[in-house]
Amino acid sequence: MAYAIEAQGLRKSFKTREAVRGVDLAIQQGELFALLGPNGAGKTTTIHMLTTLLHPDEGTASICGYDVVKDAAVVRRNISVTGQYAALDESLTGWQNLTLFAGLHGYSRKDARALAVELLESFNLAEAGDRTVGTYSGGMRRRLDLAAGILSEPKVMFLDEPTTGLDPQSRRELWDAVRHLVKNGTTVLLTTQYLEEADQLADRIGFIAQGRVIAVDTPEKLKASIGGKTLTIKLAEGTDPANVCRLLTSEFGMEAHSDEGGLIVKAAVREAALAHSVIGTLIDQTAAVDDFALSEPTLDDVYFALAINRGNEVAS
Amino acid sequence: MSFTQTSGARTPRRSPGCLASTALIMRRTLLHMRNNGFGLVVEAVLSPIIMLLIFTFLFSGAIAGSVSGYIQYLLPGILVLTVVPMTVYSGTTLCTDIARGVYHRFRTMPFWQPAALFGPVIADGLRYSAALLTVLSMGLALGFRPEDGVAGAVLAAIYVLFFAYSVSWVFALIGNVAKQPETVSGTSMMLVYPLLFASNVLVDTSTMPRWLQVVVDVNPISVAVALTRGLFHGTADAADLAAGMGVCLLLVVVFAPLTIFVYLKRQLR
Repeated sequence: MAYAIEAQGLRKSFKTREAVRGVDLAIQQGELFALLGPNGAGKTTTIHMLTTLLHPDEGTASICGYDVVKDAAVVRRNISVTGQYAALDESLTGWQNLTLFAGLHGYSRKDARALAVELLESFNLAEAGDRTVGTYSGGMRRRLDLAAGILSEPKVMFLDEPTTGLDPQSRRELWDAVRHLVKNGTTVLLTTQYLEEADQLADRIGFIAQGRVIAVDTPEKLKASIGGKTLTIKLAEGTDPANVCRLLTSEFGMEAHSDEGGLIVKAAVREAALAHSVIGTLIDQTAAVDDFALSEPTLDDVYFALAINRGNEVAS
Repeated sequence: MSFTQTSGARTPRRSPGCLASTALIMRRTLLHMRNNGFGLVVEAVLSPIIMLLIFTFLFSGAIAGSVSGYIQYLLPGILVLTVVPMTVYSGTTLCTDIARGVYHRFRTMPFWQPAALFGPVIADGLRYSAALLTVLSMGLALGFRPEDGVAGAVLAAIYVLFFAYSVSWVFALIGNVAKQPETVSGTSMMLVYPLLFASNVLVDTSTMPRWLQVVVDVNPISVAVALTRGLFHGTADAADLAAGMGVCLLLVVVFAPLTIFVYLKRQLR
């Protein structure tokens, strides 16, 4: 059976920069795949190519076996896209938006109306249905956007940073909606900057950085790939975190990094016993330690480990 | 949030063809007008009335000596002067639309894609018609009397509408190419106002210096106004008709396919 989403060697350059520099993907039907990466990593450009909005410079991509360039019309019948900015008509009401999109998907007028009512109900928008979307809150827009996305019962759904800028409550509601979709057999490709989001939702995660997918695996395996545990050290005021990182690398050969501007240093340790000697050494070296903790690695740690490795690769 | 499973009890779907798609997108534009009724009233009723009153009373004394005399000449021109800037607004709206998210969604949907352009362009005819009717009835109240009676007036109104549609493709193209709506209104008004005023809308070209007369007479606005005037007063000859229709057809034949081509080939940046 064909993959729901398949991409080989996708590349796209804009005038001054290479946005995507060789993306390969193979996503099974019914899978929820998260493409995780920082701003400017190439997530949105990749989505635009997969959804027929942008032609790749090089490489091929297909949705359910149909080529996104040659069979764009068939691809469009099988997908739906919800963007980081909700793709809605601000001057129409929620209800008018849904009936319009339903009509354009080929529903009869009667079915379109029934479907709009049904969807507004399920997405908690029944009361706001007669207000223009311009008056909606961010969370309401995303919900309506998602409702518009599922009304065609697409085989593959693309969610481009669906929760960026949402409050925690709206984010959880959106997550519930996405889980519900996948339960019904829809394949979902989600992009996000939030590690927690990928961890919560995804069957598999692809890390994307500088236009390339640098690692693909399940969240569990990605976390296990660092090996061992994460040692988090909170330094006392007046201690230089960069110095401590250097010390950890030179004395123990650890990959260590400090949080931006803070006094927190994180390092991967293979065994718990090692943590003891690390803390001992730090105190001997007069680096004041306020607190420390040993924990299971998070996706954050994976991300930093990958980023550090990548940095070394680029440097060498 | 609770979810009902979308039931499969509906008739099987087919991707909408060109007529169904265009009708749906037209409906969208009409809903915009309904949702923003005040804007429509200002644009299609109030501002045309103000324009008509200003020009009638500002120039009638100087040019024709009396309001009733001048309005016979002025009104057909004012119809064109009212409707043409409205077509610029269509281009601006299109540009805003394309720049915002809805058109992203449209482009990933399976309907007949040129409908996204035809829909708004055609539906905007309603705005033009509203403005036409307003100016015409106001003109009648001020003493405008079409010499060719009702039939001439109807033909003239239909022609102005056709001319507006033809011109609107020019701005639809600019709206497609421009990155920002402000660019559309800026460049378009720069194009439109010299053409509107360096024409026979307000004054008879026979009073102008010879060289200017030549320029003004080939101005498409003048050509359109000449035919409109001719239709109202029953003085249009075959040459007026050919020139007036020719201008419209030329605009449509050049700009409509170009606009559609640019839209379909358009890539995100």
